[in-house]
Amino acid sequence: MYKPLWRACRAAAIALSVVAAFGIAVKAQTPKDVLVVGHVAELQTLDPAQAVTISDFRILSNIYEGLVRYKDASLDVEPGLATSWTVSPDGKTYTFKLREGVKFQDGSPFNSASVKFDIDRVIDKNHPYNHTGPFPFVFLLGPIASVDAPDPSTVIIHLKNPYAPMLTMLASAIGGLTGVSPDAVKKYDKEFARHGGGTGPFTFTIWEAGQRFVLERNENYWGPKPKLKALVFRPIIDENARVSEMQTGGTDLTIEVPPDNVATFKADPGKFTYYEQPGPHLWYLLLNTEEKPFDDKRVRQAANYAINKEAMADQILKGTATPAAGPTPPAFTWAHDPNLKPYPYDPAKAKQLLAEAGYPNGVDVTFYVTESGSGMLSPQLMGTAIQADLAAVGIRAKIETYEWNTFLGKILPGMKGKANMAELSFMSQDPDMHPSLTLRTDSAINSGRYKNKEVDKLLTEGRTESDTVKRAEIYKKFQDIVYDDAPWVFIVNWKQNAVSGANVKGFRLHPSFTTRLWEVWKE
Amino acid sequence: MRNYILRRLLLMVPVLFGITVIVFLVIWLIPGDPAKAILGTFATPENVAKLNHDLGLDRPLPVQYLIWLGNVLRGDFGRSYILHRPVIDEVLDRLFPTLLLAGTALILSSAFGVLLGIIAAIRQNGWQDKLITIAVLIGISTPSFWLGILLIFWFAVRLAWFPVGGMQALFGGGDLVDVIHHLALPAITLAAVAGAVLVRLTRGNMLEALRQDYVRTARAKGLSEGRVIYVHAFRNALVNIVPIIGLEAGFVLGGAVYIETVFQWPGIGRMLVSAISTRDILLVQGGVLIVATCYVFINLLTDIVQCILDPRIGQA
Repeated sequence: MYKPLWRACRAAAIALSVVAAFGIAVKAQTPKDVLVVGHVAELQTLDPAQAVTISDFRILSNIYEGLVRYKDASLDVEPGLATSWTVSPDGKTYTFKLREGVKFQDGSPFNSASVKFDIDRVIDKNHPYNHTGPFPFVFLLGPIASVDAPDPSTVIIHLKNPYAPMLTMLASAIGGLTGVSPDAVKKYDKEFARHGGGTGPFTFTIWEAGQRFVLERNENYWGPKPKLKALVFRPIIDENARVSEMQTGGTDLTIEVPPDNVATFKADPGKFTYYEQPGPHLWYLLLNTEEKPFDDKRVRQAANYAINKEAMADQILKGTATPAAGPTPPAFTWAHDPNLKPYPYDPAKAKQLLAEAGYPNGVDVTFYVTESGSGMLSPQLMGTAIQADLAAVGIRAKIETYEWNTFLGKILPGMKGKANMAELSFMSQDPDMHPSLTLRTDSAINSGRYKNKEVDKLLTEGRTESDTVKRAEIYKKFQDIVYDDAPWVFIVNWKQNAVSGANVKGFRLHPSFTTRLWEVWKE
Repeated sequence: MRNYILRRLLLMVPVLFGITVIVFLVIWLIPGDPAKAILGTFATPENVAKLNHDLGLDRPLPVQYLIWLGNVLRGDFGRSYILHRPVIDEVLDRLFPTLLLAGTALILSSAFGVLLGIIAAIRQNGWQDKLITIAVLIGISTPSFWLGILLIFWFAVRLAWFPVGGMQALFGGGDLVDVIHHLALPAITLAAVAGAVLVRLTRGNMLEALRQDYVRTARAKGLSEGRVIYVHAFRNALVNIVPIIGLEAGFVLGGAVYIETVFQWPGIGRMLVSAISTRDILLVQGGVLIVATCYVFINLLTDIVQCILDPRIGQA
């Protein structure tokens, strides 16, 4: 009686099974000369001067080169588009000799005029192409006053005052803005951000919103040519989806594997290769040194002794981080003090220090925790673990959780009257950068209101001393003082990680948080 | 009828205007402006002030809104601060995938929802009814993002019948079969909950219709049971089902936001999620306005269909 209905249901069931059967026939395969990368976010811009996220810089570092660059596996500087350079004794004039015969991907020549155009574009409000901005992070390149181009292969950068991080910042991803094609900027104007144009080993070709972003090999590259013909970046924001795509062969390489999935990939070395690389990152607790109880150094040290950093790194972060020893991440091999060891996990010592400071019965504090955030790892889990460790010694922390933007909005203007401690982290390319912003008495965002004349003096010396050996000595002194004075609780240094198919060769993560894919090939 | 449609079209204008005001206000009520979102831990007062000035965000709120509204009326939705391209380009790139996903889910959920609802009603208390009721209960109580992850795990990772995500194969994809292949899992996920609600509703309405006097009359006239069910009972039940399908359209458009994230669908929902987290105000405004317009149009369409099914509505 109801046959049409049943027939319809049967037909639908058959149709579904046909689709399913068809599915088996067309399993994902990636071509051998193309690397498909599972990327954590959408690309935002092709202009290195406008870029603000690590995920953008991971792509852009394959398209653009700076005057100098980082050596393999280190944050030391080596020649890039400049073959040599000198710094004047007063540290205010940098003279670069440029590599000759280099051409941009559009065929126009790279020379001192192009470098001058590129820097003027971002620092000179009256430059005809300044409107292609804004350039939010250009301040990282320091106080550049002007640029001279006396001959085609010489560039002189004049600074307003000595700024020692200049070279490391020029080598970092944002330094790629010195290798932008002026012809491309003039041609595309405000749309340059969607087209780009540099000197690097790969050239941008296709950008499909939400689907893929394609780079092809630059056949006229001045250096050794990439082995791969093309790179395809797929924006896969959801971390479970990123893992699933890797497991099914939909991607060849995935950067930032969630800690919970690391074991899965490590367990199958026949199919996957797992990579990790410490970077210049520190996850710490910012303490409000202006108000009780953390105005007392002994309480600050107590907090450092109370927290089990080993357990945090191994159990919560599944080995994707290592316990931190001080304000300068070990990835800065030249500036880090290797004699500094993390505060040991010592609850008894913490209790004793608390009692000495006048809190034998413990103390109540307010603790700001964020839901997520760039470089913040697993902030809520970590916050709860910290709360438990602190409670064990008598520091009773009341957690208040905020969304990342709200969280920053509450902390950055200062914590007085709001909170005693807060989670925070930084990633930087120079040991000067974050401490100068946060630990100097007159810093713009010294949220914990830390005051130490000796630290102020050392930070000033560190950013003006252009001799690297002397600079390193200054930062080692700085670390020792900050370690002991403990304006922060040093928790962990994150190791960036990645996983690739076992057929992917030649890939290495770089401490600068960029990905250099020109040496990669597939078997 | 024509007057009714015209009146409804005119009513859309204040609705859409209201939506723009609300969206603009809400995004400014969320703490953290675009400059702070961009600068993160580098958000010194000096840097924030400079960037806000460069982005044109240092003007008073009503002024910003009026400038935006004036531009929109001229067809200019502004430029995204984050994606550095005209908002309208990005939104149009993203609109088709969302309409494809939401449209397919709506068709699937309506077809299966109504079909199963009818079966459950005419087999009331039979085993088919019980089976469908249990399935519906599971469907309604399952969060769709979880169902999505589950389907990916089984059908994409374990069995490898379907791709994990995306709208087309990266290499040699893009034809109809390829897109359907990619569409299957997200569309089924999105349709499951919406369909379950419709089954319940159809079953209830059909049961009520089948108890009416005109059904008894129809049977007494000696009409075939099929005709009684589809022409007499169903047609009348449909008057109550159609507006729910209209509401479901809103539900699938909204549900697309997280389904698109789970399945990497390049649609407007996923775009909005990242635009909100980066405080990309103009992109959020443009995206929401377009989605809202679609929803308002679908509502209009269901009202018209309802009006055709039950002409009394248009005369009220």
